[in-house]
Amino acid sequence: MLAILIHYIEYIGRNMPPRPCALCEKAKAMVKRPKTGQQICRDCFFYVFETEVHNTITDAQLFKPGDRVAIGASGGKDSTVLAYVMKTLNERYNYGLELFLLSIDEGITGYRDDSLETVKRNQEQYSMPLKILSYEELYGWTMDSIVSQVGRKNNCTFCGVFRRQALDRGAAMLHVDHIVTGHNADDIAETVLMNIMRGDIARLGRCTAICTQGEDTIRRSKPFKYAYEKEIVMYAYFKKLDYFSTECIYSPDAYRGHARAFLKDLEAARPSAIIDIIHSGEVFEIKEEIKATQKVQQTCQRCGYMSSNALCKACTLLEGLERGMANAGITDRGKKQLLQADGPTPENLRTIPFFEFKPTSTPERIVIEPS
Amino acid sequence: MASNPSAVTLKIEFGGGLELLFSNQRSHKVSLPATVPNDNTTAIPVPENEPTKPADVTYLIHYLRDHLLKERAELFVENGTVRPGILVLINDTDWELEGEGDYVVKDCDEIVFISTLHGG
Repeated sequence: MLAILIHYIEYIGRNMPPRPCALCEKAKAMVKRPKTGQQICRDCFFYVFETEVHNTITDAQLFKPGDRVAIGASGGKDSTVLAYVMKTLNERYNYGLELFLLSIDEGITGYRDDSLETVKRNQEQYSMPLKILSYEELYGWTMDSIVSQVGRKNNCTFCGVFRRQALDRGAAMLHVDHIVTGHNADDIAETVLMNIMRGDIARLGRCTAICTQGEDTIRRSKPFKYAYEKEIVMYAYFKKLDYFSTECIYSPDAYRGHARAFLKDLEAARPSAIIDIIHSGEVFEIKEEIKATQKVQQTCQRCGYMSSNALCKACTLLEGLERGMANAGITDRGKKQLLQADGPTPENLRTIPFFEFKPTSTPERIVIEPS
Repeated sequence: MASNPSAVTLKIEFGGGLELLFSNQRSHKVSLPATVPNDNTTAIPVPENEPTKPADVTYLIHYLRDHLLKERAELFVENGTVRPGILVLINDTDWELEGEGDYVVKDCDEIVFISTLHGG
């Protein structure tokens, strides 16, 4: 009996007293926000998280009523929470949007096939139409077959390039005006760090933009740009949202892992570091003389997609794969190899179907007033 | 109150992929001694004549690593605490509000470890 009493007293004496929520001051504080250090209750946490995304959307004037919006859905935590929050905000603030789920199947066994099951469940749970597009049908190659040819060092380049095109094509098939992806603050901060580490000036100037718009591509935005990964996970946990959570089997070798580990250590030392890095990335200005050397955008001669060169990256990579010169689009030696290969591209090489982009909406935008 | 005052029974949950390190099982039940060595060594039974403290979350983390973790301890523990990127909830409350590793566990507490380190 005494032992129980002593343990209880130690428990009370050593543990921190419960605190009321800093916002509503009524319920008990359950979450300490990494972004602000505020200690708030669960309902207030939902509200601030959702409202901040709403503010991100309205400040950047991302949408207008009647827009058809495709949510890039992988079944993972970011895209599942994104679908849920987009649906919630669309209803709460009357954005007037038509929402779709768009999923890309890269053909990674043991990873993508499982996560697609989650997306199909999301389709039911959120009542949104779903389209799945696969690398197999678009390019004739799955990531598994690419890795068996290319190895594990440069395979992420293939996946990223192919996925970007696949999302645009899927969105065009759905006739949407806009694609949203679940990239969160951690992702963007990692990208800024990666581009600095690799000296990639061209990407550094572009990577913090919340919305990318090309004349020949569909607008693409990141409503979670300022949302911390930790908060997305907590939101999903408390709302009991269904998501798939395994790392891509090829990711342990990816370069991004270095940036991520570094960022996590920075976050542990000072949580605001993530937002600070994004803000630094936003204010980078590239010197005029460097800007002048950047390539002008054109369209790919072979498939019609946007490109910095005569052949777009995806077509270059695909040609490399088809001809057994896998590093064609990636290393300098590979590029030379491709140029010196006997003769022009053989006639019967598999190519990507022609892509024609027809903008479905006028450039002029109406601001959605926050209610 | 606990029927056995010298042990504390806890419900442990793993999420976000962490369960893969723990025999692919999300839920575990763990029984810790109420009083444990200061240096977090996890031999059971607790050796006598050593400086002790009441069982806290730091001890729990060491215990999980030593007794339940099947592989790749570096994916769970780093520098005596959980790896950065792993969220810890104590009875559904952020552990930062409860003193993190210093929180003294009591019987029937539920501790959840969620990894955020995977694709979205």
